[in-house]
Amino acid sequence: MKRSNEPIFWSLFGAGGMLAALIGPALVFITGIAVPFGFVFSPDTMSYAHMLAFSQSWAGKVFVLAVIALFLWHAAHRIHILLHDFGVHAVTAVRVLCYGGAFAGTVIAAYTLLMIKA
Amino acid sequence: MAENEKIIEIEVLRYRPEQDKEPVLQTYKVPFTDDMSVLQGLQYIKDYLDGTVSFRWSCRMAICGSCGMMIDGKPKLSCKTFLRDYYPGGLRVEALAHLPIERDLVVDATDFVTKLESIKPYIIPKEPRALEQGEYLQTPQQRDMYEQFSSCINCMLCYAACPQYGLNPKFTGPGILALMHRYNADSRDGGQAERNELGYADEGYWGCTAVGYCSEVCPKGVDPANAINQNKMNSAINYFTRFVTPGGAGK
Amino acid sequence: MSNRRPYVRSMDGWWKRDPYFIRYMAREVTAVFVALYAIVLLFGLVRLGQGEAAFNGWLQYLKTPWMLVFHLIVLAVFCYHTWSWFNIMPKTMPIIFMGGKRLQPGTITGTGLAASVVACLAVLFIVRGMS
Ligand code: SF4
Ligand code: FES
Repeated sequence: MKRSNEPIFWSLFGAGGMLAALIGPALVFITGIAVPFGFVFSPDTMSYAHMLAFSQSWAGKVFVLAVIALFLWHAAHRIHILLHDFGVHAVTAVRVLCYGGAFAGTVIAAYTLLMIKA
Repeated sequence: MAENEKIIEIEVLRYRPEQDKEPVLQTYKVPFTDDMSVLQGLQYIKDYLDGTVSFRWSCRMAICGSCGMMIDGKPKLSCKTFLRDYYPGGLRVEALAHLPIERDLVVDATDFVTKLESIKPYIIPKEPRALEQGEYLQTPQQRDMYEQFSSCINCMLCYAACPQYGLNPKFTGPGILALMHRYNADSRDGGQAERNELGYADEGYWGCTAVGYCSEVCPKGVDPANAINQNKMNSAINYFTRFVTPGGAGK
Repeated sequence: MSNRRPYVRSMDGWWKRDPYFIRYMAREVTAVFVALYAIVLLFGLVRLGQGEAAFNGWLQYLKTPWMLVFHLIVLAVFCYHTWSWFNIMPKTMPIIFMGGKRLQPGTITGTGLAASVVACLAVLFIVRGMS
């Protein structure tokens, strides 16, 4: 029997799923609803100056990368399984599409964060 | 008590390979009493209505594991399911899902049995032990680690509940992986490395997507979903540390 | 010659067969929304890197009614994700003993959900404190 490479993708899936389960609802509420439509938080919470300062700090960079990349890897893994469950048999194509997408997203996010200098 | 007799309609999915191209439904009207199981209903059909209906059974008391079938779409032991619960609507019985139909309600269990043998379902002692050394001792807590997983009666209901097995029969499947865990989790056993060669493969623990229905339908409370998924963590740790832990590399 | 001709049934539409399977598929479909949300954030980040005007464009875009509808759906889906994640947790965790008793599934799910409520509140308070 060939050892499975699933542990790599499963670990990322699990980390992203846990992060989403713990703070996902709060993040969506803040970035998608409360701040843009101006309740609970002051409207400049996500202003350019604030967000720039946040992503200039190392803690901020790590947090932003963790959220974007892990959510993407979590989703990629599940969508990959979902397609298999729906009976899509183009295994390689599905993998390239899902995990390739998550990889690309991770690289773009990491690169952008590195380019944002203090 | 004839005056208490009610009639229930049982639809049976028939498949006679010598005459049917594909399975067809056939309905029987069966008189029944409240204490009659679905299995007894089928036995009535066979004895009085249609001797050609085939199905498996033995113990009639939920322990031999041979009478599993789909009852109104759910995998159940027919000896443990009662006709009264389907009255007055009637019920449909079909061969266990995801397994090839041999004839009528009888499925082909070859794949299950072959896999069952392949996982070494017996204790492989950690170290050889002479008779004079006495029995292997085990604390109640050590026993609790595997006891639940040792109650399997090989009824294959969990296979009929597992879409991953239905989609890919190469997947070892819930019941047998649970049994594998039963031996791996036994404090007297030392066969983990041998068994996990399969466990750590795509056909092993990783073929599972945590649907969880297997645990729901198991008539013995085995919880195969837990037996499988708690091993994913071990498997992942082993995957990442195999080059730094002595003897961890394997294949 | 053998007269055996085992019949293999099709798996087409298997997930419609049982409400349990529909719930499972609903759990898996949440991933599509997690991906979409991550992509929206990724766009914001890229815009942030491109400077103030670009980023303000993204902020403006978030204020459109469509994006509000989108985020309301995503919020509901994320809540379902949280619930289903901790609901399946008792199946994915090793058996744990506490004080000689086995930890019950309900306790595991409950603890997870409670942790999530605490974490969400913490995020809300921290962000409020920062703004
Ligand atoms: S684990 Fe349960 S459902 Fe599966 S074969 Fe064993 S007894 Fe039957
Ligand atoms: S006849 Fe033995 S389990 Fe049903």
